[in-house]
Amino acid sequence: MNIIVCIKQVPGTSEVEVDQETGVLKREGIDSKMNPYDLFAIETAIKIKEENSAKVSVISMGPPQAAEIIREAYMMGVDEGALISDRVFGGADVLATSYTISQGVQKFGQYDLIICGKQTTDGDTAQVGPELAEFLKIPHIANVKKIVEVKEHSIIVDMDMPHAVQTVEVNYPCLITVEKDINQPRLPSFKRKMATKNQAIPIYSFNDFIDQNENNYGINGSPTRVIRIFSPEANNDREMWKDTPGVLVDRLVNKLKELKYV
Amino acid sequence: MAKIVIDQEKITDPQALLELCPFDALEWDNDYLSINAACKMCKMCVKKGPAGVFTFIEDEVVIIDKSQWQGIVVYVDHMDGNIHPVTLELIGKAKELAAKVNYPVYCLFMGYNIADKAQELLQYGVDEVFVYDDEELKHFRIEPYAAVFEEFISKVKPSIALVGGTTVGRSLAPRMAARFRTGLTADCTVLDVAENTDLAQIRPAFGGNIMAHIVTPNTRPQFATVRYKVFSPAEKTSSPTGKVTVCTIPKASLVSQIRVLQVKPKEKVKSIEDAEVIVVAGGGIKSSKDMEMLQVLADKLGGMVATTRPLIEAGFADPRLQIGLSGRTVKPKLIITCGVSGAVQFVAGMDSSENIIAINTDENAPIFNVAHYGIIGDLYKIVPDLIERLSSNHE
Ligand SMILES: Cc1cc2nc3c(=O)[nH]c(=O)nc-3n(C[C@H](O)[C@H](O)[C@H](O)COP(=O)(O)OP(=O)(O)OC[C@H]3O[C@@H](n4cnc5c(N)ncnc54)[C@H](O)[C@@H]3O)c2cc1C
Ligand SMILES: Nc1ncnc2c1ncn2[C@@H]1O[C@H](COP(=O)(O)O)[C@@H](O)[C@H]1O
Repeated sequence: MNIIVCIKQVPGTSEVEVDQETGVLKREGIDSKMNPYDLFAIETAIKIKEENSAKVSVISMGPPQAAEIIREAYMMGVDEGALISDRVFGGADVLATSYTISQGVQKFGQYDLIICGKQTTDGDTAQVGPELAEFLKIPHIANVKKIVEVKEHSIIVDMDMPHAVQTVEVNYPCLITVEKDINQPRLPSFKRKMATKNQAIPIYSFNDFIDQNENNYGINGSPTRVIRIFSPEANNDREMWKDTPGVLVDRLVNKLKELKYV
Repeated sequence: MAKIVIDQEKITDPQALLELCPFDALEWDNDYLSINAACKMCKMCVKKGPAGVFTFIEDEVVIIDKSQWQGIVVYVDHMDGNIHPVTLELIGKAKELAAKVNYPVYCLFMGYNIADKAQELLQYGVDEVFVYDDEELKHFRIEPYAAVFEEFISKVKPSIALVGGTTVGRSLAPRMAARFRTGLTADCTVLDVAENTDLAQIRPAFGGNIMAHIVTPNTRPQFATVRYKVFSPAEKTSSPTGKVTVCTIPKASLVSQIRVLQVKPKEKVKSIEDAEVIVVAGGGIKSSKDMEMLQVLADKLGGMVATTRPLIEAGFADPRLQIGLSGRTVKPKLIITCGVSGAVQFVAGMDSSENIIAINTDENAPIFNVAHYGIIGDLYKIVPDLIERLSSNHE
């Protein structure tokens, strides 16, 4: 069985902000890490591999430094990996990102199961998985909270819905997106670190893809445009209270009385 | 073809140029400046860089005939015919947008044994409800649902499609957007429509403390998802004028690789979305046992405790209690935030609350931009005192 896990590198603790005076986007700290939700996806794949025989590959689209997370995945027990990277892919929105990954996935040859994280902590759309499945013309199940059974030609999973849990069986090839809490991701092991130290991380660029139309990638392949970025507005009819704690509590009690909560 | 072009000749201080990019997408090596795949096309380098170094070029694109696409469709989210209230909120917004560009408002309602519920939707002033009623649609399975949506879009050609940010909506909308190779903006917090029928989609972006205005200028339909409690529900009209259209789709289009084995209802827990009063614990809360203090306050006010994301990550509370972009959206009558900084991702989930009281030691905390009453002070001094005062008040 062949499993492919999609992982993304996201900013670590850094957060982007608009400088109120200059309108420049400021970055604070530039450290990066693996999207935390993708650790659950990797763990799900490795667990399946341990219980059945399977080959697990990871794929990530990002700048060259995103190779770091592929190395991390190797240390967790992933067999193979590849990075999709090319400046042609810059500025991609969800559609172009998913399309690009779908081209990369096809480089791995035949696969049974693709696993995505629920969402990323930077894009935060939870859309890349379903769009990828659409481009690959395979079914998908989102919000998977439990792998019930892995069979030869299908997988049974629990899908989390707001008021119910739906248990479904889906034939391969298919894609699932897994919830955080589906398992406890393992830490990278030192032994694996040593063993995979020199393992190559192939890079796929535009030239490696079947679809050679540049207009399907990066900003050209992105139907959405960000036309303006801005800081959220301040509310002008607000009251600011600055006083000793005693006075503040008095005012608060009065306000709660006025609002009829006391 | 759109791109940012760099005039290598005009570069004087490459290090300073690297600093321009908030996403580290600029690379300098071998005397050559290039842009890598980390570029998010925020165009900060073009706007703020020295004149002439960075230029944004967008070639003429074939402009589609937007007049071929008319109307706004709302996807009706439901389980066994019980319509999710986000649907009514989307209808409310759709009507508001439709009035500006003179569009009809449609509902797309698919399922099994639902035909009688369709009439109900007309009461909210919808112009036409398209019903697809088929046993194959009894449970949500992606391929048949997507097939129906596709068939509807091809037939009716709506300009805008609004889908609730529910489990089903978040699966269906991206599939449809990819199928029609069009844009989808997730979790919009503000929607408006321009005269040229472009949908103005506003949401927090780039994982930062910023909002982005996003458009889908050259493809149709324009897909957006919106979460529950972001907009106000549509009002009922006294004289509905719309109609219900029952549609069919060939069985052959409804095949699926998915078999639903079991649907187990979850125990009903009271959710923060339904609370009238919420006390929010933020990063100012130092230990998980201090959550009890906020619980006592919430009990006194007849409300619930909710939290920001860092506290969920720290394991202080159940993830269902998280407010914000990656949590839930709430709209209570009263919300008291304790030690919450007010990052956009949090604020996106609560800023339409009726009365917002914020307690924070830092007078520059962004939460004070949305608060109606901003209390600059230490929650560990204020909350215990407040609880005591409220207790004595009751006696
Ligand atoms: C894509 C994405 C999605 C996100 N989604 C969400 C989301 O859904 N929900 C969410 O909450 N966050 C979300 N975040 C995280 C968000 O950006 C902030 O990091 C988070 O909201 C900060 O939480 P906080 O205000 O509780 O903590 P902090 O930022 O640590 O703020 C703590 C505040 O408490 C104040 N304080 C400290 N001690 C006291 C005291 N004794 N008395 C009074 N005040 C005190 C401090 O001045 C400070 O302002 C998301 C981030 C990203 C990138
Ligand atoms: N650039 C990327 N490379 C590989 N996988 C990705 C990328 N972006 C998103 N994904 C996958 O899609 C999931 C959802 O991402 P998002 O739609 O950004 O919230 C992630 O958890 C990953 O599994």
